[in-house]
Amino acid sequence: MKKEWPLWEVFIRGQHGLNHRHVGSLHAPDAEMAIKNARDVYTRRNEGVSIWVVEANNITASSPSDKGPLFEPSNSKVYRHPTFFDIPEEVGHM
Amino acid sequence: MYAQMVTSTGKGVQSLEDMSPEERAFQERINRGEKIEPKEWMPDGYRKNLIRQIGQHAHSEIVGQLPEGNWITRAPTLERKAILLAKVQDEAGHGLYLYCAAETLGVSRDELLDKLHSGDMKYSSIFNYPTLNWADIGAVGWLVDGAAIMNQVPLQRTSYGPYSRAMIRICKEESFHQRQGYDIMMKMAFGTEAQKEMAQDALNRFWYPSLMMFGPSDKDSVHSAQSMAWKIKINTNDELRQKFVDQTVPQAKYLGLTIPDENLKWNEEKGGYDFSEPDWTEFFEVIKGNGPCNKERLGARVKAWDDGAWFRDGLMAHAEKQSAAKLAAE
Repeated sequence: MKKEWPLWEVFIRGQHGLNHRHVGSLHAPDAEMAIKNARDVYTRRNEGVSIWVVEANNITASSPSDKGPLFEPSNSKVYRHPTFFDIPEEVGHM
Repeated sequence: MYAQMVTSTGKGVQSLEDMSPEERAFQERINRGEKIEPKEWMPDGYRKNLIRQIGQHAHSEIVGQLPEGNWITRAPTLERKAILLAKVQDEAGHGLYLYCAAETLGVSRDELLDKLHSGDMKYSSIFNYPTLNWADIGAVGWLVDGAAIMNQVPLQRTSYGPYSRAMIRICKEESFHQRQGYDIMMKMAFGTEAQKEMAQDALNRFWYPSLMMFGPSDKDSVHSAQSMAWKIKINTNDELRQKFVDQTVPQAKYLGLTIPDENLKWNEEKGGYDFSEPDWTEFFEVIKGNGPCNKERLGARVKAWDDGAWFRDGLMAHAEKQSAAKLAAE
């Protein structure tokens, strides 16, 4: 029998109050082992307070060629940023 | 450098005009400093070169555990033992970061390991030298990790996203390695006469193999020029070797140790040291498999892989059984 362990993507919450963030990947036979391996591979120096693992083939990603259709529409909507509006100084902080 | 002599599949650097529109757009992205990510289009040569380079780098981290692991059980104090254990564990982690980066290019972990075990892929020549005594552990940390850092720091800016991110993680952890080595060297060099002699002997044996880590002079190589155009190599081998010598000489001086090179001399004009080249015949022999420890190192890796097969398969069978039971229960 020759079978490679599946690939898992690892997400770590660095500190309380922050989002989990993708830090890398690793191979493990199941989720439980993936958490154990993630602890050894990605948190040897107190990098985290919580770990998520997701089997890589369960992740759906946008394709690089969709970059234009997905993200360009927001380029023209500058009014979504507060700096678009001029507020007179005498109004004070807003 | 942990990836020496990565033979390129490219033909040399094409001018932007000679490239296909796809290749030109790709090269322009690299020139602008953009990172290339796994699913994006890339030239075949770029992909192949990177798999070889990152794979060789990963193999070096893993095989590199062996000469140091050799001394874990014989470290002189419990503290030194804990530190060395942590360092060797880091090397395993570095290998794993790099294997994962290589895998994003479409090669599997098993393929990479098969190629290492069959001798198709190489690891750094430095790990084919023996660690004969405790001073060697100091010299390895100081010189070998020092040379590795010299190569890895610029690679943090490499064009391939996953490789660059792996390098950033590695560099953060690596300077502890060099410092622990220098710390051992200080203890030995400032210790008894016998300890100082051991430190000098370790420096004598590891100096030239460390210089070889950067690979042969590549200023005329087309392969190297292509890798530099793609930003998968940032500096030439000679530039990095010079930097390493310039950095290391004062460190040896502080220890009161002598670099084993009669021709070592400060060159005011170039603002660096002149030094003797290592014996490149020896280097090519070691790369070919004829170094002092090649058979032992590769043998240990193959044995670990073969002996672990039942365990890897067992865990996989258990995982499949569990997930089948879970499905049945739903």
